[in-house]
Order: sequence, then structure tokens, then C-alpha cells
Amino acid sequence: MTKDKITNDSFKTQEYFVNMGPQHPATHGVLRLILTIDGEIIKNIEPDLGYIHRSIEKMCERDSYQQIVHLTDRMDYLSSHINNHAVCLTVEKSLELEVTDRVKVIRTIIDELTRIASHTLWWGVMGMDVGALTTYFLAFRDREMINDIFEETCGARLTMNYNIPGGLMNDIHPNFIKRVKEFLVHFRKKLPEYDSLLTNNVIFQKRTKGVGILSYKDAISYGVSGPVARGSGYSSDVRKIHSYAAYDKVNFDEVLFTEGDTLSRYKVRIAEMWESMKIIEQLIDNIPEGDISVPTKAVIKLPKGEFYQKVETARGELGVYINSTGTKNPYRMKFRSPGLSNLNALNQMVVGGKIGDLVATMASLDIVVPDIDR
Amino acid sequence: MIKTIHDWLFSVMPEWAASLTEMVLIAVFYLTLFAVIGLYLVLLERKVAAWFQMRKGPNRVGPWGLFQTMADALKLVTKELTGTTKADKFLYNLAPYFVIVTALVAMSVIPFTQSVQAFDINIGVFFLLAVSSIGVIGILLGGWSSNNKYSLIGAMRSGVQTISYELSVGLSLLTMVLLTGTLQLSEIIANQQEHGWLILQGHIPAIIAFMIFMIAGTAETNRAPFDLVEAESELGAGFHTEYSGMKFAYFFLAEFINMFIIASIAVTIFFGGWLSPFGITEGIIWLQPIWFTVKVVGIIFLMMWFRWTFPRLRIDQLLKLEWKYLLPLNLMNIVIMAIVIWLGWTI
Amino acid sequence: MSYFKDIYKGIKTLLTGMSITGKYFLNARKGALTQEYPDNRDTLKMFDRFRGEVIMPHDENNEHRCTGCQKCEIACPNGSIEIIWDRQIDPETGKKKKMIDQHIYHLGMCTMCSLCIQACPTDAIKWGQNFENSVYDRSYLTKVLNKSGSKVKAGVED
Repeated sequence: MTKDKITNDSFKTQEYFVNMGPQHPATHGVLRLILTIDGEIIKNIEPDLGYIHRSIEKMCERDSYQQIVHLTDRMDYLSSHINNHAVCLTVEKSLELEVTDRVKVIRTIIDELTRIASHTLWWGVMGMDVGALTTYFLAFRDREMINDIFEETCGARLTMNYNIPGGLMNDIHPNFIKRVKEFLVHFRKKLPEYDSLLTNNVIFQKRTKGVGILSYKDAISYGVSGPVARGSGYSSDVRKIHSYAAYDKVNFDEVLFTEGDTLSRYKVRIAEMWESMKIIEQLIDNIPEGDISVPTKAVIKLPKGEFYQKVETARGELGVYINSTGTKNPYRMKFRSPGLSNLNALNQMVVGGKIGDLVATMASLDIVVPDIDR
Repeated sequence: MIKTIHDWLFSVMPEWAASLTEMVLIAVFYLTLFAVIGLYLVLLERKVAAWFQMRKGPNRVGPWGLFQTMADALKLVTKELTGTTKADKFLYNLAPYFVIVTALVAMSVIPFTQSVQAFDINIGVFFLLAVSSIGVIGILLGGWSSNNKYSLIGAMRSGVQTISYELSVGLSLLTMVLLTGTLQLSEIIANQQEHGWLILQGHIPAIIAFMIFMIAGTAETNRAPFDLVEAESELGAGFHTEYSGMKFAYFFLAEFINMFIIASIAVTIFFGGWLSPFGITEGIIWLQPIWFTVKVVGIIFLMMWFRWTFPRLRIDQLLKLEWKYLLPLNLMNIVIMAIVIWLGWTI
Repeated sequence: MSYFKDIYKGIKTLLTGMSITGKYFLNARKGALTQEYPDNRDTLKMFDRFRGEVIMPHDENNEHRCTGCQKCEIACPNGSIEIIWDRQIDPETGKKKKMIDQHIYHLGMCTMCSLCIQACPTDAIKWGQNFENSVYDRSYLTKVLNKSGSKVKAGVED
């Protein structure tokens, strides 16, 4: 044997498959990633979905329009208010129903609180995924306050079902405004702590900077939305572009970072929490008086046709498409969920990185698996 | 007291029986110590973690949860041992013992007080380094023989990590050995009794050496932020994914014992072992183990503080930290220390 | 020189992080967020809108307000409510009237969407704040909301 041949043969490495999930701490639920790995370096990722498919879209064809709303709680359960809002907006749009200003403002406030709650949970989990365990408890302390606000007003902590077509299920609790203000004071003090504990940490910076890069062009071609798209510099905030509810009345900035790496996606979310607080502060003192719901018929029948409405959830653009034949049930219902298209871009971001990069990037996508599978 | 037992044993028994009994007694003593330290460090970790995270920690079993870890250990002992069918049975069963025995052997040279030290060899520091790095073989074997890809990745990471950080641990201790001129642990302490703690004697280079030792020591024990071997968000549980029951408990205890050993080394080399600060209680013998424990717990607390604050490094960053930062700094530090000693700038 | 600067900056950020956790450690005694649940049972009070389970309030005469209109049964998205009804003679007016025999509620299927309570025209059902709903057999989760021998309150019409 020649010398060359020995080295070639003896250093031949083998790629191998690793199943990450469906039960794995970093996949945040029952997502299965089939990884092709060469040592520590990831060669290919194939997400395998369907472990939590509950055929929500099909169930919607069975239900009346009031009943559909509560199913959407179970899609992206961390922004359940916003999902409910999306369905209600679609139904109201098709019925040409104009809700009162009071409803619009309350819906906006609650949507933004949901966004903060979702982002705080994401922050805690992001810390956990990169190995800092204390973040989780700091995040949950703050999220708990929002959950209490929700519980007092809606009666539930996760699957609220507070919006109904035409308005709200019941009026805000008398304590609502006071509690929201308390929360804002608390959170303005605590949010800088997030930065000094995790964002500025040199290890965290090294773990996330330049990792999982998604370029501007790729962000558009994969159809990503929400903080993932805005981390790549792609302006896609539905609240700004196709304003709904009371978003046209408030003053806020769309957060854009252009690097497209994990750290910029992280920073987008942190900055969005500040923006959400800004929105709530503008609205909380001026909730107009008015009815909390516009009366609808007990059996809502949508006119014949196709209706689409999109909203900005904590994860990105949620589109609700209803194809109605004029009966009390939709003929076809389709949700354009942000998680699915965001997950699509994962392969683009992570291939060539290490296993640790995969975990950090997955965390920065902030996927909620029931949202992907539905 | 130890001397009276020793004399009494040799007076009532023939010499071979006496030394045998003595060895058995020492083994029992160390095993008990091992179990107690392991269990209570686990409890301490859980309590400290809870306090860092605004929780209360275990408080159900016994007062302040003092018996919590014993209950846990009891549960683990009574648990069924499961494993994978395609595992290499012999190595799979051997691996936990490797880890635990090396930890136990390393404990034997640590001077808990002036007289409690199982054996005081003249290459003490070297012996500690050598023995504590054998432990990684157990981890490698466990990871490899489990026939699980996650375990294998964890084990390989462990190998890479220990080989790299062994250097820094060794070199930072070597910096201090320059000061004492001996590797024997009892003499290192005797030197400190005479001239003050080594971290004060060596001032700046000693503090740098201590920081490097703490970083490398944390890495050596596979604790966060260097817990790539277990990295629960990446590898599930890493090398001990397939272990259950008591075999898992061995790995788990060994991690804490290793932490104790690293802390004891740090205390012995840098902070004067069982010596009291500035000799305030010199001569009171029963205070020696207390001083030792206080210092060790202090160092362990520091390591826990690291763990509950910092995110985990990535494997290539881990190696970069060692080879690009710690190692050059360490070598520079040794030169500085040599110059300091040469010019007589020690305190 | 930037090599040493990086080290200095890195260590500084690490120490900032440690100061945050250290602060929480020092305030651990008063700052604990843990709710020791079974111990605080006496003081633990849920919000009055909390959706624990659907209940049907009865007054002291064992009368409820359910007329058996079945609107809740229709509104329920997942069939958690079943109403068994009957036409009986109203003792006061002497006319035949729809009356409930059993208002069956499957807690195990309920998603707490509150649509039944919205639909109820007579406010016969409302949310109970009981949250300790776990049982050893799921047949216990099927509940009959109206008490035995109860009847509808006089004057309640849809």
C-alpha cells in the first residue's frame, strides 16, 4: 500500500443520521428533525411533521363560526388571543360588520400583552436552549403577571377564547387597567435585566453572532415572516402594512435588523417587547366607551365567496382564509401559519453549522409545533 | 485520636491483621465520606439553584428538605436497571465504576486536616491530576458502549474537552508549584503556614492562575458552562442517556465528587487548605476541618454560581477558549511567576 | 492589544450576569415565587371569572333556572353538554311545558370555551371556580348538573 492510500482509507469518515425528536428538549414539542451529521457538523436537516396533527382545518368545516374561534386557541397557543382575533376579523370583514372603537382598542391591548407574554416565554426558552437556566424563571415571573391579567379578564390563562365575531365575550375586568399599568412599571424595570443577564453575555454573543444566517433574499423566497423576517431586514409587519384594529392610531416603530443571524432575530424580539409596551401605554388610558360587542345572529351565515385576513402574531403573519358557500359552516378553511414557513428556512440557516448552532437557531425561530402541524 | 486507634490496633493484633483492619477502616471512612459529600452536594446544588431562580428548592422531605437526596438515592437504588439490547454489556456495566473509583482514589490524597489524609505521597499534585483525568475513560466507555448516537457524541465531546483542559489545570497548578518547590500536598500547606496563603504570596500571577484553574476545573468536571457532555438541550442527557437506576446515580454522584475534588485542590493549593486565615485560630485542631469545609463550600458555590448564570459554549468555542486564550495566558503566567520569584517580589 | 481587551470585556459581561443572579440569590428569602400549592389551599382563591367547570346554581328551594331550551347543547363545539328533557305538566299553569330531566355535562370533553354560558338565555349555567378536577375514573367526569328533585324556578322563560 502506498502512503497516500493509507491516509485516505484510515481517515474516511462516515455521515450518519440522528433523529432529533419527536421527544427532544430542544424541539419544543413533538417536532422530529432527521439530521445528517458528519461528526458535529450538520449536513442536512429534514423536518418531519405530523406528530401533533389534529386536523383543525377540517374540524373548522364542521363547526359554526363562533365555534371555530376556540379551535384557533390550540394552534399557536402562545398567541391565542391574536389567533382568535384573526378569525373574528375575517368573519367581521365578510359580514361587513364594524366593531366599536372600544372593542378595537381592547383587542389591540390584549394582542400586545399576548405578544409580550409570548416573547418573554421565548426568551426564557432561548436561554434554556443555549444553556442558561435561570432565564426561564425570570421570564416566567414576568409572564405570570400577564397571565394573571388574562385570567382575571377572560377566565383562562392559555386558551382564552375571549374574542367572538362581533366583539368580545365580556367586558374587561375593573382591575384590568390598574394591573396592566402595574405590569408596565414592573416590566420596564425588569427588561434591562434580560439584556445584562443574557444579551450582553460574551458566551451568548459568541453562540449567536454570525450563526444561522438567513439572507434578505432567502427570507423573501422562503416566505418567512415576523421577527425572523425582520431579523433579516425584510419589512413585513402586518400591523404597519395592512393595519387592523387600532394599530393605525398608535405610534410605534417596526423593528428591523439587517444581519440575519440568530442574534439579530433575538434582538428583534427584545426590541418588539419595548415597542409593545409603547403601544399599550398609548392605549391603556384612552379606552373609549362603547359596547363590547355588536350583536350578531345566533347562527352566523357568511355570504358566498372567499375571504382572507392576516394579522401579525408573535411568530409572524397568520393568514385566515375562509371559502364560504353561504351556509353556517365554512366550505374550506385554511390557516397560513407563520411557524411552518419559518421552519422551512431552517435547512438554509443551519447546514454547515454545529449541533449547538442548530439548537440556538431553532430557539431563535421560536417555533410552536401545534402551530406548524395544526 | 487517629494515632491512638492506630496504636491500639497494633497492640491487640498481629501486624498484618492490624494493617488490614486499618485499611478496611479507612476504606469505610472514605466511602461514608463519599456518600455524604455526594448526597449533600446534590442537595446544596438544588437549594442554591432554587435561590438563584427565586424558588424555594426541596423542602418536603425532612426539615428544609435535608433528607431529599437520600430519598432520591433510595429511589434510584430500588429502580430497575434498564439498558439497550445492543449495548456492549461488559463495558456498559464497567463504565460507572471507572468514574466512581477514580473519584474515590483522587480523594485519598486530599488533606482534610493536618492528620486526616489517607496517604501523603511526594508527588501529590501530580497524582491528583493523573488520577482525575482517568475518569474520562469511564465517560468515553459509557458513551461508546451504550450504542446510542447521542451518548457517543457526548462521549467524544468529553474526550476532546478533558484532553484540552487537563493542560490548563496542570499548568495553573504548576505556576503555584513554582512558589512552593514541592508537589507534596502536606508540604505545600506547611509552606503556606509559614509564609501565608499562596494566592497572597503570588499576588497577581497567582490570581490569574486561580482564575484559569477555576475555568479549567469547571470544564474538567463537565459542569455548565462547559457541560457539552450532557448538554440536555442538545443531546438529551449525553453520555448517560442509556443509564438508569444506581448506575446513573454513580455518574451523577461522581460529577459532584469531582466538583468537590476540584474545589479541594483549589483550596489546598491557593487558599491554604485547613489553615485559618492569617493564622487566627492556629493550634485549635478541631477547627481545621471546619475551615477546610468552609473554603471548599465557598469554591463550590462559585462553581454553582457559574452554572446557574452562564449559557453553554459551543464545542469549537470551547476548544478555542482553551488553545487560544487559556493556554497562552497560562504559559505567560508561568514566566511572570518565575520572574516574580526570581526578583523576590513575593509577599 | 485587542486580544487582552477582548478578555477584559468578556470577563466584564460575565461579571454583570453574575451580579444579576447574585442579587436574586441574596433576595432569595423574600423573593421566592414558589406557590406551595396543597399548603396554600385555604388562601388560594381563583379569580371570579375563572373557568373551572360549568355549574348550575340552585337556590334554597332546590330550584334552578334551566328551561331546557338546548341552546347550550347546540353552542357546544364538542358535544360536552347533553340535555335529556321531557314535556311535563306545569303544576301552576296546568299547561304542558318543556322541562329538563337531566342536564349532563362531560367535563372530560369540555374545552372551557365559554360558548354555552354565552348562549344561555336564562343564565342557568355559569362558571364554577373549582379547579381540582382530577379523578381516578373518567366516568366521574360526566356530571349531572341539575340536582335530583330540582325544578325550574317559576317565571323563568326563554
